[in-house]
Amino acid sequence: MNRRNFAHWLASSLGLALLAGAPVAHAAADEAPDALIRRVSTEVLDAIKADKAIQAGEMNRVLALVDTKVMPNVNFTRMTASAVGRSWRQATPEQKARLQQEFKTLLIRTYSGALSQVNDQKLNIKPLRAAPEDTEVTVRTEVIGRGEPAQLDYRMEKTPTGWKIYDLNVLGVWLVETYRTQFAQEISAKGVDGLIASMAQRNQTNAAGGSGNGGKS
Amino acid sequence: MMQQHNSKNTSGWAAAALALALLQGCATGPQANPADPLEPFNRSVYRFNEGLDRAVLKPVATAYRDVTPQPVRTGVTNFFENLADVWSFVNNVLQGRATEAGDSLFRVTTNTLWGVGGIFDVASALNIPKHKEDFGQTLGVWGLNAGPYVVLPVFGPSSVRDTAGLAVDMQGSVLSQTDNVPVRNSLSGLRLVDTRANLLDAGNLLDQAALDKYAFIRDAYLQRRQSQIKGGDAGNERQPEERFDLPEAAPAASAPNPQ
Repeated sequence: MNRRNFAHWLASSLGLALLAGAPVAHAAADEAPDALIRRVSTEVLDAIKADKAIQAGEMNRVLALVDTKVMPNVNFTRMTASAVGRSWRQATPEQKARLQQEFKTLLIRTYSGALSQVNDQKLNIKPLRAAPEDTEVTVRTEVIGRGEPAQLDYRMEKTPTGWKIYDLNVLGVWLVETYRTQFAQEISAKGVDGLIASMAQRNQTNAAGGSGNGGKS
Repeated sequence: MMQQHNSKNTSGWAAAALALALLQGCATGPQANPADPLEPFNRSVYRFNEGLDRAVLKPVATAYRDVTPQPVRTGVTNFFENLADVWSFVNNVLQGRATEAGDSLFRVTTNTLWGVGGIFDVASALNIPKHKEDFGQTLGVWGLNAGPYVVLPVFGPSSVRDTAGLAVDMQGSVLSQTDNVPVRNSLSGLRLVDTRANLLDAGNLLDQAALDKYAFIRDAYLQRRQSQIKGGDAGNERQPEERFDLPEAAPAASAPNPQ
């Protein structure tokens, strides 16, 4: 009887804990966009500094970090659709999923090589120029290390589950815009499946040649 | 006689041939990029540059990195950066940026005096910010449009405006004021190797990131120059673009998150 009560109590308090978790997630929805960037950047930088495997560009660890810390704050569907352009509308759900998957791998694999460069950089978040009712904002930051500060900006949109990043600007270059022409070239030459195949092939080449690519040329 | 006449005019012929190549290179058809009417010509120069880098520049820069100790390389970089700050000062003045010009001048004097001729970057340690400006940017600030994208042999990505700017940069650089030709050439060579060596760590990031490296570099270069000239504000006044993902927005908002 006692034991049964205990199990019941345990189950109900677990349920309560889960429910209590919901308001926490809800609070995140009210988080200001610049505050979100600050929190996520700090978490990611700390994780990188604490993990030699990530610094060495070990893909599984990098992927895990990106999936847990970064992707929940990114509207990656919008990001991919914006890079693909008009053809996105005609793509099948399966093609859309493949496009996102390959694009994500391409970006992560590319930038994981740069993680070995992370050491004592600091992030300076510039004052947000936005009205309270804005649903789209640009959060402007700069990474301060050696030499000139590096510009790093984020375009974000307000969603029911909090602010989401849908484009980023490194040193004055918007990521999505830089891929748009290349994607359009592939699609007009070989269609959406051709673009998927090209990205998949690039990813395979990168995986074959880049596994030990931890910052060396 | 004719032959002699011809050989005298070799440079004239080369210029004419280049102009012809440029004209033939004009891209037409649906793939033509309005910012890059010289694409076919540019692509061939780009291939030449890639080959040059693979065959000469990268091996030399790698050897340089392997042979010289890090403090020496940093000193070399600082030395050239200090010279560049002099030119940045001039361009900041020409652009009417008083604070930036003051910073640049302060950097040069500090690094030249306390940094032993620019070998040590004391100014950065003192948090005096660097504001790199070249004459192409100055022309842009003065209202000159970039014009078509141009890939220059050895120098790489540029535009018509930035090519004109580069010519002035080369005249205005402290290095070109050196009268001793061997010294000047050695320093120019060292600067090239130093620049390339500093890029070794960036490595083949572009090779990995791009589906078409030429287009990737072009689009990034044009955006970055635009942003430099506007002082990093580019994109803030952008027009709203069509949301191709919207019809399926409801499941899309947090689709790929395994959590």
